[in-house]
Amino acid sequence: MINGLTLLLLCQLCGEVLARALHLPVPGPVIGMALLFAGLLLRDRLRGSPAEAPGAPGLGQTADTLLMHLGLLFVPAGVGVVVYLPQLARDWAPLSLAVVAGTLAGIAFTGRLAQALIRRLG
Amino acid sequence: MVDLAQIWVYLARDPLAALTATLLAWMAGLRLAALCRWHPAANPVLFAVALLAAALLLTGIEYRQYFQGAQFVHFLLGPATVALAVPLYRQWQHVRRSALAALLAVIAGGGVAAAVGVAFALMLGAAPEITASLAPRSVTTPVAMGIAEQIGGLPGLTAAVVLASGVTGATLGPMTLNAMRVKDWRARGLAMGTAAHGLGTARAIAVNATAGAFSGMAMGLNALATALLLPLLWRLVFG
Repeated sequence: MINGLTLLLLCQLCGEVLARALHLPVPGPVIGMALLFAGLLLRDRLRGSPAEAPGAPGLGQTADTLLMHLGLLFVPAGVGVVVYLPQLARDWAPLSLAVVAGTLAGIAFTGRLAQALIRRLG
Repeated sequence: MVDLAQIWVYLARDPLAALTATLLAWMAGLRLAALCRWHPAANPVLFAVALLAAALLLTGIEYRQYFQGAQFVHFLLGPATVALAVPLYRQWQHVRRSALAALLAVIAGGGVAAAVGVAFALMLGAAPEITASLAPRSVTTPVAMGIAEQIGGLPGLTAAVVLASGVTGATLGPMTLNAMRVKDWRARGLAMGTAAHGLGTARAIAVNATAGAFSGMAMGLNALATALLLPLLWRLVFG
């Protein structure tokens, strides 16, 4: 558990440092995700065969625990709506339409396009 | 004599109460969702946010004070984003064959999700800073807030619409995909992750491992693509 968490934080830290040092517009955790992923693939390449468990002992377990409760992690930011009640009261119609229509159009379009592309490109 | 006022002052100031309340609200949200038999429209995040927002409004505690405690939960979003590499790695043999298709679909789909939202906001006459807050809606919270700041939106409002988009996608997304007859788990995962970031991914992981891996990858790719392209496009169109 602690091994896994340390590795995750280390990747995030490297990501944050890289983003700042190179002035990348990409957030640190996303770079950290790419680093961890590249690291896991590189390790397999060096060993010659894919290992059973990913990375440091406990990484799989820590990742599963965090991702199982991914929804919880959005709650504190979500409660922030209370600050924007005046804006929401004034512009609720464009806001909710943009959110619902934009999201569903995005899902429908991406799903159809992805299905067609996967069929064609494999 | 117990001084209730003093205890209240302690609770309002210390992070412990806000942190405990956040976890309790989440567990209540899960319980409510279970009561609704995990119907996709009964989203535990929505329940938890509604409970906590109501509690803040009723007690008059400021959001900033609440966040002092809740930030410990919020902080874990970073490591959780990094952790998405693990399901992607586990499914890599499966994912790599569709990598090019995935990349094209995510970039085009992310663009459509953003453009449709912005078009509706413009048509209905929303204020410019509201429109700018809506544009990065479909990517994960920390990324979206950063982009909103760059293009003249309100980062806090962006956090709220990002959450609303995630909840919308997680609740209505599977039905939309059924209606569009998207049956491929890979395509379903890509759609959820592109338009509904981590909340769509959480839903996809719960339903199917392949969909979960593709959703996590789509979320990461769309965060990258949006962070790189949206500020440039915004300057070209509105600048």
